[in-house]
Amino acid sequence: MRKNGVKMIKIKAKDVDVFYGKKQALFNISLDIEENQVTALIGPSGCGKSTFLRCLNRMNDVIDICSVKGEILINDFNINDKSCDVVRLREKIGMVFQKPNPFPKTLYENVSYGPTIHGMAQSKQEMDEIVETSLKKAALWEEVKDRLHEPGTGLSGGQQQRLCIARAISVRPEVILMDEPCSALDPIATAQIEELIDELKKEHTIIIVTHSMAQAARVSQNTGFFHLGQLIEHGSTDKIFKNPDNKKTQDYITGRFG
Amino acid sequence: MNKNKEQLLNKRYKAEQRFRLYGLSAIFMALLFLTIFIFKIFSTGYSAFLKTWLIVPVTFDAELMMLDQNPSKEDLQDADYYDIALKSMADLDPNANEDQENELKRMVSYFFEKEIKNELLNDPNLIGKTKEVYLTASDDLDQVFKGNYPRDLPEDQRRVSDYQLKIFDQLVANGKVESKFNISFFTNADSREAELAGIASSFMGSIFSILVCLMIAFPVAVLAAIYLEEFAPKNRFTDFIEVNINNLAAVPSIVFGLLGLGVLLAIFHLPRSTPLVGGITLSLMTLPTIIIAARASLKAVPPSIREAALAMGASRMQTTMHHTVPLSMPGTLSGTIIGLAQALGETAPLILIGMVAFVNTIPGSPMDPAASLPVQIYIWAESAERGFVEKVSACIMVLLGFLIIMNLFAQIIRHKFEKKWS
Repeated sequence: MRKNGVKMIKIKAKDVDVFYGKKQALFNISLDIEENQVTALIGPSGCGKSTFLRCLNRMNDVIDICSVKGEILINDFNINDKSCDVVRLREKIGMVFQKPNPFPKTLYENVSYGPTIHGMAQSKQEMDEIVETSLKKAALWEEVKDRLHEPGTGLSGGQQQRLCIARAISVRPEVILMDEPCSALDPIATAQIEELIDELKKEHTIIIVTHSMAQAARVSQNTGFFHLGQLIEHGSTDKIFKNPDNKKTQDYITGRFG
Repeated sequence: MNKNKEQLLNKRYKAEQRFRLYGLSAIFMALLFLTIFIFKIFSTGYSAFLKTWLIVPVTFDAELMMLDQNPSKEDLQDADYYDIALKSMADLDPNANEDQENELKRMVSYFFEKEIKNELLNDPNLIGKTKEVYLTASDDLDQVFKGNYPRDLPEDQRRVSDYQLKIFDQLVANGKVESKFNISFFTNADSREAELAGIASSFMGSIFSILVCLMIAFPVAVLAAIYLEEFAPKNRFTDFIEVNINNLAAVPSIVFGLLGLGVLLAIFHLPRSTPLVGGITLSLMTLPTIIIAARASLKAVPPSIREAALAMGASRMQTTMHHTVPLSMPGTLSGTIIGLAQALGETAPLILIGMVAFVNTIPGSPMDPAASLPVQIYIWAESAERGFVEKVSACIMVLLGFLIIMNLFAQIIRHKFEKKWS
C-alpha cells in the first residue's frame, strides 16, 4: 500500500543470520516487507525460506540449537531484542502452517482459543461475535455454522486449513505468516485459500512461503527468491517473474532447477 | 525362466503360510497356558467361597449361663456361654466319654461360644428354650465335607479321628450339615484357624497401600515428566537424569523394601507394618514407571499442536497445560494403572517393611497395621493346615479380580478421554 506514493514498510529485516548448531542456514538476509501486501517467498527446498518466515514470529526459539542474529524490525521495534515478549509478539503476528493443525477440540474452541488467552472478549456474546466474524472472514462460516461444537478435526483438509486461518485472524494480527498453506490441499481448496488471501490483505500484511511459482505469481505483489540460505533477489512479483536481474532467479523461474 | 519365477512365487506363499501358522500356534500356546492357570486356580479356589456349618441344637439354660431372672442386656453380654456351648456339642452323642466330648468340641471352630452368644443377643426370649444354631465347622471337617480330605489314611496320620468322622457322617445323614456362601472370607481378618481366616485385613491393606502409592507417585511423576519433556533444557545433566530414571525402573523391588526399612522405619520412625509405609515404598517403585509412560505419551503429542498453540501466542505453560498434557493424559493414565497393578502384586518390599506380620484386625486407616493381598497369599501358602490351600487360590482369584477391575476402569476412563480429544 502506498501513502502519498511512498511504500509503507511493515517489516524490515537487517542482516539476519540463522544457525542450526554450527551450520549456518541463512546468510545476511535483508528484506523489507510492505504493509497490506502479499509477499511471497519462493525457492527450492531447503533454501531457508521457511526458516526466515519462522524468524518473524520467533518460532525458531522452540528449537534449542537454533540461534538468530541480526535485526528484525516490526513497526520499528526490534523483535530480537531482549525486551521483546514473544507472547505479545505472536499475538500480533499470526501463523498458518503447512499441514492443517487444528486443536483436537471443537470448532468454536479452536477459534476462541486465541481471544481467550489474550483476554479479548469480556462476555460470551463478544466471544460468539469474534468467532463468527473470524469464521466469516475465513470463508468458512456458511459451511460450519450449524456444527460449531463438533471437533475441528472432523473437517476436510481445506476446511481445516481455513479453520486454522480463522484461528489465526481471531486475535486480529497485523501480520499473517503462511508456511506453504496449500501444499497439502487439492486444487479446489487451494483456489479457495488463494481467494481468501487476496481478501485478507486488506486488513493484514501477509507473507507466504510457497513451492508453487504459479501460486506466488497469482497471489503476491512482492516476491523474494531464496537460494542456499541467501536472498538472491526481491522485488515486485511482476518484475521477478518477467524480468529478473539475477541469472539464478531466471533459471529457477523458468524451471531449470529446483 | 518363467518356471523359475513361479517356483519363487510358490515359495513366497508357502513362507507366508508357515509364518501365519507359527503366529497362530504362539497365540494358541499363550491361551493354553492361561487356561490351565485359570482352571487350576479356580478348581482349587472356588470351594473357599463356601463354608460348612454344623446345625446343633442348643438349650439356653439360664442356670448354666449363671443368669438371674429377667436378665438385662449387660447381663446377657457378661453371661457365661462356654458351658452351654460345651454341653450342646457333648449332647450330640449322649454316650460320649470325657475324651470323646473333647473331640466333639473340636468339631467346630473355637468361635462357637461367640456364635451361640450372638444367637441369644439377637433374641433374648430364647432363654430356657432350645434352638438349632449354625456353628462354623472346623477347617478339617470343612475339607471333609468338600471332599478334599483323605479319609482313607490310617487314623494316626489324620487330624480327624474316626469318632469325629462317625458323628459327622451321622449329622450329614440327618441333614444337619449345610454349605453356604462364605461371607466371613470377605469380612474376617486373618486368623490362625483356616475356617475363620478372611481377607478383609489384607484387602483393605492393599487398597490403602495403593491409594497412598497413587497419591504420592502420580503427581510427582507427572510433574517430573512434564518438566523433563516440556521445559528442561536438553543437556548432559538432563541426559544423566533420564538415564537414572530408566535405571530406577530396573531396580529389583526388594531394594526399595530395604530403602523403606532403612529410611522410613529406621530414620523417620513411621509406624511399622502399615499401608502408609507400604504405599510410600511402592510409590518409589512406581515412580519411574509412570514417569516413563508419561514422557512417552507427551512425546507422542504431535509437535504441530504445540506449534499451533505457541503461534497463537500461548506461553509455554499454557501450551503445556491447555494442549499437551490433556492430550497425553490417556497414555499417562494407562501407564499409571500398569504401575499400580505392578505395585498391587508386589510382595518382597512389603515383607521387608513388616507388612508380613500376622494381623487379625481390619485396618481403618493407612496408619493401622495391615497385610496386603499378595503377602496374604504368601502367608497362607506357608501355612501347614489343609484348609489354607483353597484359601490361597481364592485369594489369588480376588487379587486377579481386583486387577481386572482396575484395568477395566482404566480402559473406561481412557475411552472417554480419547473420545473427547479425537
